[in-house]
Amino acid sequence: MDKAMSNKGVIMLYIFPALFLLLALIYIPIVQTGYFGLMKWNGMGSKEFIGLTNYSRLVQDSLFWSSAYHSFLLALFSVLSLVGYLMISVVLAGKIKGADILRKIYLIPMLLASVAIAQLWMKIYHPTNGILNSMLMSIGIEEPPMWLADPNLALFAIFIPIIWQYAGFYILIYYAALKNIPESLIEAARIDGATAWDIAWKIKIPLIMNVIKVTIVLAVVGSLKYFDLIYIMTNGGPNGASEVMASYMYGHAFRGFDFGYASAIGFFLLVICLVITWIIRKATAVKEEIQY
Amino acid sequence: MRKEIVENHEPAAPPTQPVKKKQVRKNEVRSSNGFGYKIGLALIYLLLGVVAVFQIFPLVWLFLFSLKNNQEVFELSPFAIPTNPKWENYVNVWTEGNISQYFLNSVLYTASSVILTVILASMVTFAITRMKWRLSSLVLGLFMVGLMIPIHSTLIPLFSTFSSLGLIDHPLSLILTYTAFNLPITIMILFGFYQVLPREVEEAAIMDGASIHRIFFQVTLPMTAPVMATAAIINMIYNWNEFVFVNTFISSDNFKTLTVGIQNFIGQYMTDWGAIGATLMISIIPILLAFLFLSNRIVEGISAGSVKG
Repeated sequence: MDKAMSNKGVIMLYIFPALFLLLALIYIPIVQTGYFGLMKWNGMGSKEFIGLTNYSRLVQDSLFWSSAYHSFLLALFSVLSLVGYLMISVVLAGKIKGADILRKIYLIPMLLASVAIAQLWMKIYHPTNGILNSMLMSIGIEEPPMWLADPNLALFAIFIPIIWQYAGFYILIYYAALKNIPESLIEAARIDGATAWDIAWKIKIPLIMNVIKVTIVLAVVGSLKYFDLIYIMTNGGPNGASEVMASYMYGHAFRGFDFGYASAIGFFLLVICLVITWIIRKATAVKEEIQY
Repeated sequence: MRKEIVENHEPAAPPTQPVKKKQVRKNEVRSSNGFGYKIGLALIYLLLGVVAVFQIFPLVWLFLFSLKNNQEVFELSPFAIPTNPKWENYVNVWTEGNISQYFLNSVLYTASSVILTVILASMVTFAITRMKWRLSSLVLGLFMVGLMIPIHSTLIPLFSTFSSLGLIDHPLSLILTYTAFNLPITIMILFGFYQVLPREVEEAAIMDGASIHRIFFQVTLPMTAPVMATAAIINMIYNWNEFVFVNTFISSDNFKTLTVGIQNFIGQYMTDWGAIGATLMISIIPILLAFLFLSNRIVEGISAGSVKG
């Protein structure tokens, strides 16, 4: 039996097609991105090797850093909102009637296409006929904000639908983790006189710390590479006010046809995501294995 | 990275802090029937309800304005139910533009990539969990790290490679890319199931002299049907909603999917709210239907893919 299950040819046959796609369409491209970053290239003609010029331009590009700042702002915002999701999930995973229906309702926006979400929220934010300003005007606010057209508000106005989109996803993850905690543990604590607050803070949350760590990584990395709603709703505007790293890269590549520089940005984005993942995992590494 | 979580919850000694047992227990009994308890519970339901309304409200509004004409959108209150619902908005957008073509393309690309992804991922998961070879954990690691890679870091090389292969503006570029990018999450979902799946049936088949291929296709695949369904529905949602690759690789209308198609289509109808609403509704209805009938599988797939793997 061992012989049959270690047949090299069969293993190759089962692994190869998927591995080939993975290497050809994900791993080789990220190496190429770093390499193309060393080129002056408009996407069609020949490439000219210019060394680290693109990368040093990137370091001095204040527009890039402002887009990076926006991406990090989104990451911060997303991580802070995790606290809210965690609270909702703790409540939801208590003995709440209808918890199952509620968490499914929360999840619906996550299943929709970004294009649909973006178009819908553009209508919500519509200065005169959108539901938001209709409501504001009906309660007596005469000149409600322009939202997506206002440079001070555009970025934050997009954060709201991003939160809307992902809230259910994180609540679902926390809910599943909390439901995994053995009931006997909670019961024992309750008999020992722990309050609901104590049980949540001192038992439930520490027990799902590993899941919380994973969600922090997901939220931060997901934010740093975030693109869809920003590209569709404002395309980084007005005047760069909502530009993020991915939209900045995309603009340079497919509007500016500066493939060399865009590749440098794309490579930098990759490095940031991997480094940040590593840092978060180091920083939140559990010193001792929790036993319970 | 996520392995630890699965092993999270082994039963062990409960924390023991005997804090004035009797007294507290008495308090608890009192409070759970008391006024304060009821207020607290009401507040909790209020909070959960507000969140639910926030999540569902925009969609209800979308549905309502998809049935109105501009005059009704601009003059009636946003939540006024149209007295004379304009179902023709749906008929018009379906017949006038290329929406039906986009819809068909989305179905075709989604279906082909889902089938390809689930089969290839099953083969990899089978080889990793059932067969014995030295590099299996390295290969699994490669697939898992693939989850962390931003698609924007691959976009230019993919565009350039597909250009030189003549696959730009060709459906194959999308099907291959969707498959590659969904393999990691699919393997992750399958992996947990394969690990807990009893091996006796497979072992018995080997004893009977069945070939590996027969075991895979006739024993393992049928046994993993439930998890394949879960993985397929998650894949379907991702592919159906995908935007960046279509936007980058596809330029002719014949090959566009619903996401990019409606984005362009709405450009032409910028002022007709009813048409925009109907278009958006058409694009999300398949997902909402899938959700209505398969919500448990979706929930299972999303939590398996992100927490357990």
